[in-house]
Amino acid sequence: MNGATDHFWEKAQRWEELVEQCRALALDVQFPTVQAWKQRTGGQAVGCFPVYTPQELITAAGALPVNLFGARGQIDIDHADSRIQSFVCSIARSTLELGLAGHLKWLDGFVVPSICDVARNLSGVWKHNFTEGFLFYMHLPQNVDSDAAKTYYRGELERLCDCLSDKTGRPVAEAPLRKAISVFNRNRSLLNELGARRSAQPEKWPSSHIYAIVATGNVLSREEHNALLERALALGEASLRPKRDAVRVVLRGAFCEQPPLELLEVLEDAGCAVVDDDLQIGSRFFLEPVAETGDPLNALVEAYLHGTVLTPVNNPGKRSRNDDLLDRCKKKGIQGIIFASPKFCEPALYDAVLLRRAAERSSLPTLEFEYEEKMSVFESVRMQAETFVESILFFS
Amino acid sequence: MASNYQFQNTGRDLQKDLLGHWYKRLEDAPKTGTPVAYLFISGNICELLRCFGFEIVFPEVNALQCGIKKVAGNMILKAEDLGYSSDVCGYVKNDIGLVASGNRGPFGTMPKPDLLVCNYSGCNTYIKWFEALAELYGARFFMLDVPYRRTGETMRPEDLHYVVKQLEQLAQVCAEISGNKFDMDKLREQLEYARQAEELWVKILHSAKNRPSPFDAFFEAVFFMAPIYVLRGTKECVDYYQAAWNEIEERIQHNIGPLSEERFRVVMEGPPPWPNFRNFWELFKRWGVVSVASTYSKVGGIWDFGMRHDPSRPMESLAEYAVNCYTNWDWSLRRSMLERYAKEYSADALVIHSVKSCRAFSVGQADVREHFSKVQGLPTLFVESDLADPRYFSEAQLRNRIDAFFESLEHRRMASRQPVTAAPTKSGSAT
Ligand code: SF4
Ligand code: SF4
Repeated sequence: MNGATDHFWEKAQRWEELVEQCRALALDVQFPTVQAWKQRTGGQAVGCFPVYTPQELITAAGALPVNLFGARGQIDIDHADSRIQSFVCSIARSTLELGLAGHLKWLDGFVVPSICDVARNLSGVWKHNFTEGFLFYMHLPQNVDSDAAKTYYRGELERLCDCLSDKTGRPVAEAPLRKAISVFNRNRSLLNELGARRSAQPEKWPSSHIYAIVATGNVLSREEHNALLERALALGEASLRPKRDAVRVVLRGAFCEQPPLELLEVLEDAGCAVVDDDLQIGSRFFLEPVAETGDPLNALVEAYLHGTVLTPVNNPGKRSRNDDLLDRCKKKGIQGIIFASPKFCEPALYDAVLLRRAAERSSLPTLEFEYEEKMSVFESVRMQAETFVESILFFS
Repeated sequence: MASNYQFQNTGRDLQKDLLGHWYKRLEDAPKTGTPVAYLFISGNICELLRCFGFEIVFPEVNALQCGIKKVAGNMILKAEDLGYSSDVCGYVKNDIGLVASGNRGPFGTMPKPDLLVCNYSGCNTYIKWFEALAELYGARFFMLDVPYRRTGETMRPEDLHYVVKQLEQLAQVCAEISGNKFDMDKLREQLEYARQAEELWVKILHSAKNRPSPFDAFFEAVFFMAPIYVLRGTKECVDYYQAAWNEIEERIQHNIGPLSEERFRVVMEGPPPWPNFRNFWELFKRWGVVSVASTYSKVGGIWDFGMRHDPSRPMESLAEYAVNCYTNWDWSLRRSMLERYAKEYSADALVIHSVKSCRAFSVGQADVREHFSKVQGLPTLFVESDLADPRYFSEAQLRNRIDAFFESLEHRRMASRQPVTAAPTKSGSAT
């Protein structure tokens, strides 16, 4: 893996070929690209737990941010059961399992944000079980409308910078940080472009395909991922897929633990065109580009406090999750909402109740089910989705 | 003899009276035009709200009461009918069930909130809970964002500063809603009452170092602790703890404890199963088990290591308190607290009651079991049920585990007392 020519996305000639390779990489619990990156650069790799962590800082420190989304159903839970009980979401248990089973030997540190009670306690269990590498617990402010949150969050960012420079021996300087912000902005704009094309022509840009392409960003540097996304946009545009009847839906609830890819395929087969979702939402966390001029830390603070998407784990402050969802539905011509929550994920499950009420008040059809990282039987979801689609097509 | 026990049952009886009066005041609030705030127990800042004349509803206490009075199951089902999953916190569902029942519970009818203060300390579910109430009641929501306590001995000044700033903002909101001005003298006076009550409460907690322990630091403490969490900062709360301390002192003088014989001293980790509280306690009583320290009694705040409200530093000490409740401590702090309790209170074992509802409490308790049983060498019992949902309480299963654990502890004790050459004897009786 020396030269740029080794990159698989450059060699891929067809969209399907690229998607296939992305899928294999996204599911590979050996993290080959991360290991190769470390070998090539001699740099450090820092794991990031969802939903959002300020990865620009990690990049600016010369390290590689790696999104840890659990084991994606690829390994059994053997060791983690003795640390975390069974009534807890899969992602917490399988991320821990990855570590305990020796799949994360390359990991030099782990950043866990304060998204929920499970993540918070996972950080403590992690620290207790893995003494090599750092564990950085990050408090993401919830009182976003308070001026005090600005100072506080800036302090958290500075603390992370200090932790990273202790580890890498390299201070997080302004110039590389600005550069990282710009690379991440580019990444978000490419991801948004993919999303926009999907919304315009869902049959041409299936969500299950896009998902795999986006997921490679978890294990590649942002620059590499930008190159991959550019290639994907070109190949996708050239791909030919027949137009088919489908209802336009939004998928909500998958902001942290990820569903198996098959679940997306099942929804598509059942006639759902997923044109908006919160899958791997951390990579599209900011609605607008982060300012590339001025103080870069303040720019990240500003973006976090006032310009994020709304998920179940960040309090909306003066904004409203209900309005946000309904506005999106209106703008994107959505015909139905699918609430898919990870089993045992309290934040998703609570929000689903309120959002569903709001959707029903607006006469938007909804479907709700739970999933698990390792689920393998999809028949019930398939039947529910088919009925949902039919009800929209024939009765709406 | 009765005449010897001047203060017997004072702690329990007075607590009931106090809570009864408090609930009555809550019920009357709409009639008297008193503004009502809802607040969570952990690290609560009730003194600040009372400064503005708010009556305070603690939805967690309502959920607990529904549990004890055995109506929680129905409330939870009502919330599930509205779409809440069987896997989310039973306290939240209990409360949503209450809202769906016109806010009427075994304690009376609760007033609607004028203000929801989400003192997010140690539990992210708090946020989801009050977000739901804000929508259901259309009430004003204030987010009091309390950072997690991650470091060792010292608290981080940034965390405290952030909380203090928000308390100042909260004071403005309170003034706006209540129409009352902020009165610093009133706050200081309450903090002094808080401090006095805390001193007495800590004396009670520390008394469990005696042998036998004069009280059960889990099964009794859950009653003794109520006033300090809901009525702290009032004179009646100080009086309560004085009376409760009199009772404990008397027990010490007479060398008695909660059980006729103290056979095992345990540290308890985790909340009780409220709907089956008595049965659960019985399972331990049969073995002469007394809890000498518990973490649940610190769920609202941790004073036994020196923290106090301080009238000379009003906002700062409110912030310190908000940061220092049990579930707002990270696992390294929680573990060291358990280690300290086991040592200082001469415990024979650690009992972990892991509840499904409360991931704030429970996620990682399995890791604690590993640590204590394998690294610390302290016998550790791990049992599971729930704090609110009666469907998760399986008495037969619990009994088996508890019996097996204490039986083996008893064997071990007997074996260590016997000379090595002694012939094997019949095992001791289980009661
Ligand atoms: S899936 Fe839900 S409960 Fe689990 S870590 Fe993520 S946000 Fe927390
Ligand atoms: S999760 Fe635990 S601390 Fe939070 S509301 Fe439920 S019972 Fe209370």
